[in-house]
Amino acid sequence: MPKRRTVLSAQGIPDGAAIPERVAALVDAGFEIYSSHVDAVGTRAEISFEEFGLIFHGEGRNASRTPLEGIFPDARRLALFAVTIGEAVCGEIRRLFGNGDPALGFTLDTIASAGAEKLADAMARDYQECISQSDPALSGVRVLPHSPGYCGWHVSGQGKLFEALRPERIGISLNASFLMQPLKSVSGVLVAADKEVHDFDIDFDFCTDCTDQGCRERIQSVLFDSRGGG
Amino acid sequence: MDVIQEIAASLRNGDDERVALLTQRAIDDGLPAEEILNKGLMSGMQVVGELFRDHEIFLPEVLLAARAMNNGVDLLKPLLAGKEIPTVGKVVIGTAKGDLHDIGKNLVGIMLKGAGFEVVDLGNDVTAERFVDTAVESGAKVIGISALLTTTMSSMRDVVDLLQDRGLAGEIHTIVGGAPVSKEFADEIGADAYGYDAASAVEQIKALAGV
Repeated sequence: MPKRRTVLSAQGIPDGAAIPERVAALVDAGFEIYSSHVDAVGTRAEISFEEFGLIFHGEGRNASRTPLEGIFPDARRLALFAVTIGEAVCGEIRRLFGNGDPALGFTLDTIASAGAEKLADAMARDYQECISQSDPALSGVRVLPHSPGYCGWHVSGQGKLFEALRPERIGISLNASFLMQPLKSVSGVLVAADKEVHDFDIDFDFCTDCTDQGCRERIQSVLFDSRGGG
Repeated sequence: MDVIQEIAASLRNGDDERVALLTQRAIDDGLPAEEILNKGLMSGMQVVGELFRDHEIFLPEVLLAARAMNNGVDLLKPLLAGKEIPTVGKVVIGTAKGDLHDIGKNLVGIMLKGAGFEVVDLGNDVTAERFVDTAVESGAKVIGISALLTTTMSSMRDVVDLLQDRGLAGEIHTIVGGAPVSKEFADEIGADAYGYDAASAVEQIKALAGV
């Protein structure tokens, strides 16, 4: 389950703010619906650097410079992945908006988004554990996910990623615009690399338009992670 | 406090059950449906929009108020059937071609309705032709386009360009918004306005519609 704090933050409620009673009740109700409808599944498959290079360049529509093209050649291992919280939660969100309850619909949407991200993080952690157990020499590597549609990797890269991974087997499909259904799904590549390999300067063309810059937090979490060796 | 004022106050508190109760009481008391709608529900929602704009309440509280308003409107609908309900303007909204993320667009729609606009919601994955054709057919003066992905932002330019090609620029205005969209991007593609969030989108649309 995603953290309550993450959900409140996604709703624009800052840390430390007093939570109105009705909003707290709304979040409780959202979590209840989420827990009764979530059907989390995922798939993962290791891939060679050469094969991933072909997937990454996809339809040739990436930004002229991207962080991932500088990172993945120095990685130790790569794996494609896809996760989803399932269609039932997404259906509930649509139903709530359609039935005139945008408050609960929006709350469930923020919980579902946080849930999908948490699932992708869990997949990355699991991959890290698997490879460090299988090869002690890799105990110092850290795993971070990268996804098409972000940081210069064009969303059309989903096409070749899906051809290789076949996440349709677990119920995730692509539409003509390369968007996943269920909507609350995450796909991409898990990059297992030494800590410092993950770091990059935010001086890419698309960084100036990025209002999120969540990459900083993710990279910091890896650089200052003292688990294992390395 | 009379029942109309109580409706507005309960709506500000997001108390949907009380709004429904008071709306029914106002109907039973013989108050005109238009008065209940305009002076009770719409007036309460107007205050909610202002409080949100001024950062005095959070987005979920706005949505709780919207839910309360829906409860009240549902009771009024049979009484308003066939009557022309005055609005401050008409807006066509939708998510850019290729994009399925419609939560932001839905929030803008809810807040526009609360501000008294008639909203034509085209849903998601909307082509430029559909945006423009619908605006022309419905007489809307503003088209609002939302996108969550950098890759679908380019579809926003298609709407602006199509309005230019058909000689409708200046007559039908455009506003763009969404997580990756910026004021600079809006200026670059020639959109008339940029909505930083749902509240600012409503303020911008009011200005575009001359409200």
